[in-house]
Amino acid sequence: MANNALSGRKLTQLKMLESESIHIMREVVAEFRNPVMLYSIGKDSSVMLHLARKAFYPAPLPFALLHVDTGYKFPEMYTFRDNFVKEIGAELIVHRNEEAIAKGMNPKEFGVARCCGALKTAGLLEALEAGGYDAAFGGARRDEERSRAKERVFSIRDEFGQWDPKNQRPELWDIYNGRIHDGESVRVFPLSNWTEMDIWLYIRQEQIPIVPLYYAKERLMVERGAMLIPYYESMRDQLLEGEEPTMVMSRFRTLGCMPCTGAVRSNATTIDEIVIEAAAARRSERETRIIDHGSNSMEDKKKEGYF
Amino acid sequence: MTSTPFNFELNDEIELLRLVTVGSVDDGKSTLIGRLLVDTKGAFEDQLLAVTRKKGAASEAEVDLAMLTDGLAAEREQGITIDVAYRYFATPKRKFIMADCPGHEQYTRNMVTGASTANAAIILVDARNGVMPQTKRHAHILGLLHVQHVIVAVNKMDLVGYDQKVYDAIVAELRDFCGRQGVDDLICIPVSALKGDNVAQQSGAMAWYQGRTLLETLESLSSLDAIDTKPFRFPVQLVNRPQTPDLPDYRGFMGRIVSGAIAVGDAVVALPSGNRSTVKSIDSFDGALEEAFAPMSVALTLNDEIDISRGDMLVRADEPRPAGEREVEVDLCWIGDEPLTERKKYIVKQTTHSAKVMVSEIVYATDIHTLERVSTDALKMNDLGRVRLKLQRPMYYDSYRDNRATGSMILIDPFTNNTVGAAMVAGG
Repeated sequence: MANNALSGRKLTQLKMLESESIHIMREVVAEFRNPVMLYSIGKDSSVMLHLARKAFYPAPLPFALLHVDTGYKFPEMYTFRDNFVKEIGAELIVHRNEEAIAKGMNPKEFGVARCCGALKTAGLLEALEAGGYDAAFGGARRDEERSRAKERVFSIRDEFGQWDPKNQRPELWDIYNGRIHDGESVRVFPLSNWTEMDIWLYIRQEQIPIVPLYYAKERLMVERGAMLIPYYESMRDQLLEGEEPTMVMSRFRTLGCMPCTGAVRSNATTIDEIVIEAAAARRSERETRIIDHGSNSMEDKKKEGYF
Repeated sequence: MTSTPFNFELNDEIELLRLVTVGSVDDGKSTLIGRLLVDTKGAFEDQLLAVTRKKGAASEAEVDLAMLTDGLAAEREQGITIDVAYRYFATPKRKFIMADCPGHEQYTRNMVTGASTANAAIILVDARNGVMPQTKRHAHILGLLHVQHVIVAVNKMDLVGYDQKVYDAIVAELRDFCGRQGVDDLICIPVSALKGDNVAQQSGAMAWYQGRTLLETLESLSSLDAIDTKPFRFPVQLVNRPQTPDLPDYRGFMGRIVSGAIAVGDAVVALPSGNRSTVKSIDSFDGALEEAFAPMSVALTLNDEIDISRGDMLVRADEPRPAGEREVEVDLCWIGDEPLTERKKYIVKQTTHSAKVMVSEIVYATDIHTLERVSTDALKMNDLGRVRLKLQRPMYYDSYRDNRATGSMILIDPFTNNTVGAAMVAGG
C-alpha cells in the first residue's frame, strides 16, 4: 500500500543534504561520550545549529554550543548570539584565550597568522581540553578551500588536536568509524557536502535567522586595497595612514573578526536577493577573509589544530 | 555586478547525483574535472587566480586546470594526487558531488572510498593508449561496488585526429569487458578535456558522434536506485527519551530510512528480538508526518513498549526480512597496512550495528592484473577477494546488490582503530 503510493518519490538535493547531516549528528551523539558543537554565529553555524535542532527534536540539544571568542567579533554578532541562544534554550559556553587577549594580541602589530593562531587555534584547543570533549562539530564545508576538499566527515585529531592529511581514515558509504584512542578526539563536519549556495538556499527555505550583517545596508567602511573593511570607533588605532571611513552600501558574505573580515558592495537586502547574488558570484566567499591569502595557509592552520 | 536571473521554482526540483571519477593524471583526469568546474562555473575567479599566480601564467587560458584540484601541498610538490577530493558543481537541473580519485594502483583504497557513495562513475581512457590494464581494474571495482552508471570518457581525441576508428575500437573492447563485470549501464563519449570537445559543449570536430556531451549525460542519468521501493529498513541510531517535564514518557526511535517507506499504522518487526508493534507517529521538527521514505532521517514512535536499542533494525511485517545469520560471505577490498589472514579478529560496523568478527575463510583473492580468482592465505593492502566472516552475534543483512546500505560494512582493526576493510555481502 504505502509502497506503491510512494514509489518514484524523491527528495530534493537540499532535503538529501539535510538528512545526511542529521544522520551524522546522531551517529556522533550515539558513539561519543562528550560532544560539543562549535558555534561561530556565522551563516554556516546557523544552518548547523538548525540541523541539530531537527536531529534531536522533540528533545533539547544533547550537547552544548561552544563559541571560541576572539573579542574581535562584530557587536551585532554578540547581540545575535545571546538573543538566539536564549530563544532556543541552548547551553552556550564562551571561551576566550584570556592570556593572549591580556597581552593585547591584535593583527596589526603581531600579524594576522599569529593573531589567528593565538585567539582562534590556541583558544579552540584550550577550550576543547578544558571541556574534555571527545567530539566537536564544526561548520566547515569542503567547497570552501582546496585543502578542505580532502577533509573527512570524521576527522581524527591527535592529542595536540592536529590534523595529518596524509594519514586519514577512508570513509566508506555512510558508515563512520568513531573509534578513537584515549587522548584523541574527532572533529566532525556535518556540512561537508554543502556549498555556499546550498547554505543560502537552505536559510531561505527554512527561514533561519542570521546576523543582520549579511544583509546590505549603508555602513561605515575603510577601503584597504581591493578590500572593504568595516569601521567601528573601537578600531580607530587600527587604521593605516591615510585611511578614512566612508559610508558604503555593503554586506558580508562571511563573518569573522572585525579587523580581518572584508565586506562586499551589494544592494541585496533580502534573502532572495542574496541567493541571486551568490548565484552570480564569480569570486569565492573566502576572498573576503584576510587569513586565507598565504600560500598554504588553510592547510597549515588545520595541521596545527584549527578546524 | 550584473545579476543573472535565478529560478527559485526550478531550484526546488534540483536533485543530487553523486559521481566518482577515476583515472591517472596522465589520462587527463584533473584537466577534465578542471574543465567541468570552469564550464559550470564551479570554480571561482580567485581560485583560478591563485593557481595562475603560482604558475606564473599570464591568463586563465594558460592555467593548468590540474592545479585547481590538487589540494595538498605535498600533492603539488610531487605532482601527484594522493587522496580523494570532493568537488561540487551544479547545472540548472542538478547538483553534483564528485569524488575525485587518484588512479595509481597503490591507491585502490581511495577509489573504493569514492565509489562507495557514487551513483555514477566517469572512467578516463587516453585515446592514444586505448584500454589499459588499470582501466579494466577500475571497471571491475565499479562493478563490485555496484555503481549504477559507468561513463567512459575517451579523452585526448584531439591527439588522435578525432578519428572515429580509434574510438570505436576502444568502445568495442570495453563493452565486452564491462558486460562481464556486472556493470549495468555503460556510456561512452569521445572527448578532449583540454579543448573542451563534448565536455560541456558539443564538439565541432567529431560530427560522427551524435550522442550527448558529458554534461548532458550527467544531467540525464537516473540519480537514485529507487531505494524507496525496496523493503523498508530502519537501522536505529538512537533511542530518544528526553524525560523533560513536557515529554516525560516520549520514546522515539531515531534513524535514517535506508530503503523503503513507512506510514503511520504500518506493522513493524524489531530485529533481532522479533517483537512486533505498529507505527504510532513519524515525528519531525517540521511537524508530524503521515508517511516517510528513504533516505529521510526521522523519529518513529510505536504503539507498544518493546525493547529496542541502537544497532537494532525495524522492518515492515508485510515485507521480506533481511537474513539474520552468524556467518556472512563478503566481497572484500582490503585497505589495512597489516594483511588479513584467516582466524584474525576485527570489529565490523554495518549500518548502526557493531560486533566482533573472525575471518573463517579466505575463499579466493582476485588477481588485480588478470582479474582471475586465485587461492591465497592473506589479503594485503589494496587486494580484492572473497571472504567468509564468523559473527559474534547474528547480523541482519541483505545482499549488497539488493541493498547497498544493509549489504555494506567496514572492518575495523581493534588495536589501531583504523578502518581496514570494505566489505559487501555477496549474492543477490
